[in-house]
Amino acid sequence: MSLNKTGKAAVRREPLTDTQLLMTITICIFFAMYAIAMLTLGGGFLRPQQVFDLLNDNAALIIVACGLTVVMIGGGIDISVGGVIGLTVMSCVMYLNNGGNIATAALMAIGIGLAFGLLHGFLVSYLEIQPFIVTLAGMFFARGATTMISVNPQKVTHEGFKALMKSKIEIPWLGYTAKNGNLIPARMEIGVIIALCCVLLIFLILKNVRHGRNLYAVGGNQQSALMLGINVKRIRFLSYVTSGLLSGIAGFVFMMHTGAGNATNAAGAEMNAIASSIIGGTLLTGGVGNAIGTFFGVLTLTTIKKIVVTSGLKDPWWQSITTGAMLCFFILLQSVVLSRRGKKRSADAAKS
Amino acid sequence: MRKAGKASWKTGGIGQLMIPLIAVGLLILFNLIRDPSFFSIHTTPGNSGGIVLTGNLISIINGASELAVLAMGMTLVTAACGGQDISVGAAAAIAGSVFVRVLKTPDVITGGTMILAFASCCVVAMLFGAFNGTLVAVFRIQPMIATLILYTCGRSIAYWINGGATPTVSSPIINAIGSYIPGVPIPTPIFIVLAVGILLALVFRFTNLRLYTQSVGINQGAAKLNGINSTMIKLLSFIILGLCVATAGCIGVSRLSLINHETLLLDVEMDAILAVAIGGNSLGGGKFRISGSILGAYIIQMLTITLYAMKVPSTNVKAYKAIVIILLVVMGSPVVKKKIADFWKHLRGSHPASVGKEAA
Repeated sequence: MSLNKTGKAAVRREPLTDTQLLMTITICIFFAMYAIAMLTLGGGFLRPQQVFDLLNDNAALIIVACGLTVVMIGGGIDISVGGVIGLTVMSCVMYLNNGGNIATAALMAIGIGLAFGLLHGFLVSYLEIQPFIVTLAGMFFARGATTMISVNPQKVTHEGFKALMKSKIEIPWLGYTAKNGNLIPARMEIGVIIALCCVLLIFLILKNVRHGRNLYAVGGNQQSALMLGINVKRIRFLSYVTSGLLSGIAGFVFMMHTGAGNATNAAGAEMNAIASSIIGGTLLTGGVGNAIGTFFGVLTLTTIKKIVVTSGLKDPWWQSITTGAMLCFFILLQSVVLSRRGKKRSADAAKS
Repeated sequence: MRKAGKASWKTGGIGQLMIPLIAVGLLILFNLIRDPSFFSIHTTPGNSGGIVLTGNLISIINGASELAVLAMGMTLVTAACGGQDISVGAAAAIAGSVFVRVLKTPDVITGGTMILAFASCCVVAMLFGAFNGTLVAVFRIQPMIATLILYTCGRSIAYWINGGATPTVSSPIINAIGSYIPGVPIPTPIFIVLAVGILLALVFRFTNLRLYTQSVGINQGAAKLNGINSTMIKLLSFIILGLCVATAGCIGVSRLSLINHETLLLDVEMDAILAVAIGGNSLGGGKFRISGSILGAYIIQMLTITLYAMKVPSTNVKAYKAIVIILLVVMGSPVVKKKIADFWKHLRGSHPASVGKEAA
């Protein structure tokens, strides 16, 4: 009910865009869900560390979900991100273990991501091949190349990188006192800072930079964008490059979290990222969505999983069944909200 | 994107089969040069008595059975909705679980239980198809997003149906479906694909399904104005895909005589969509050729078997597959096609200047 009220109040003052409306709904639902979890489950949910844990575990997911948001706003899809993360992690781990240094490894991660992004962008926008097929091939290639490097899981043995992995930002005032009286500060990994920077950067680019605004135009209506003189091909090309670049960065962040390369790393990350973007209010049809919404989408998706585990549904199938149910709820909600708005708009248009 | 794709991808005609046929030809040629005995067929004594045919050709056609069945259904959904169902693998796991669950209920597996099991698994798969179809047709959600729900939770539902176990079923009837009927030298899944194909061909021959599906896919508004119930057509395409999923699930379960919710037809949704695209069908909907998709399914399997025969480790197959896919789609790309056509004109020397102007 409260959602409708805020929606209507805002409409009177200044029309809320579809992007803002869907994002507001997600953020409200996230906070409501978290509050309910705090009240009913208590325990870990009362500690700020819970939020930091969510962020620590999902920093890489947040980054790739941002990349997917960019591609999806442009009306495309990129399902290669999980594979690219896997490939990046594996090649960086092997490089570090054979005597490489961290800075070059980071550059390598970004380079691999960028290479995939450039190739996808070229094939999709300049050769006009369907994005699903191109990025599917990208995923297959990345997964196959990962197992070519090594079939067995590889652990990082590089001392400097291990130190980097262990270094965490401690926030004492958000900590809690353990049973033995010691203060345990809240810990946040460096990857989270990178992820938050990415979210903010993408948000600002999409909001304020010309290319960002053009992306919405291209995703909303390609023909109109073309007639307005926007270089549609280049904008779409850049959206895939951004997604590739971000998945490279996500790969490095993933490695900082797990510290091991594995052929099944980030399996299914692409679908989780797509689901997060959708929950955050991005439409696959293009033209609607933003990075802040996606950020909350990731949090909502991962919080529900945590709630299921904490609330005692121990059977292994409940996690994904609840995730599916929640996804269904959000998708239906968006569909209903947008179609009602569409009807209202056309009614207004008919009146005037 | 959709409009550009539709205008430039000439789908529906015989010309659409050009690229897949070239691909098949190249693959056969490559294999014959590499190993002339690649396609030879041997006769070996089968497990259940009698003589059976074996060889790479048989294993290609046999191995692609599930994929071919799914690709047929996927073509219809793609054509009607302009999007793909990414939940077919998960739905097949559910269908397989129901199949096994019903089979395990009585002590002895008879023909009657088989029919009951197959019927119930068809009903369940059709229900899930209808669920996807309702989201797509009634709530107007993009097919990929709508089926993402079942993709996420489908395999868990399959796990839950069998109570967290991976039960096995052993029965001569199951063996007959999964491998060979005693006395028949050809693997049974091949006949099942044939039966499904003939059934679909008959449906297309005697109903307006093909015409209606294409018109809904090309222009939904125009189809509606012409009195076609587009919601119903979309729903129907998903329900038919559900039947295909049930069939594929049963073949998959019968092959191994067990249901493993995690690995049954893993990643088949990607291959099925690929088969549709390789077959020259537009992923944006509209005109379609089922035969193209079936050909696509066999190309994928032939590629896999070729790579296995070249001693490529099974984990690396994906990378090579990706390269071949990219080559295929680049060949089929409208931009590349146009460039090649221009290049031909240029070679023949027919007004190179005017060709240049047109391109500009």
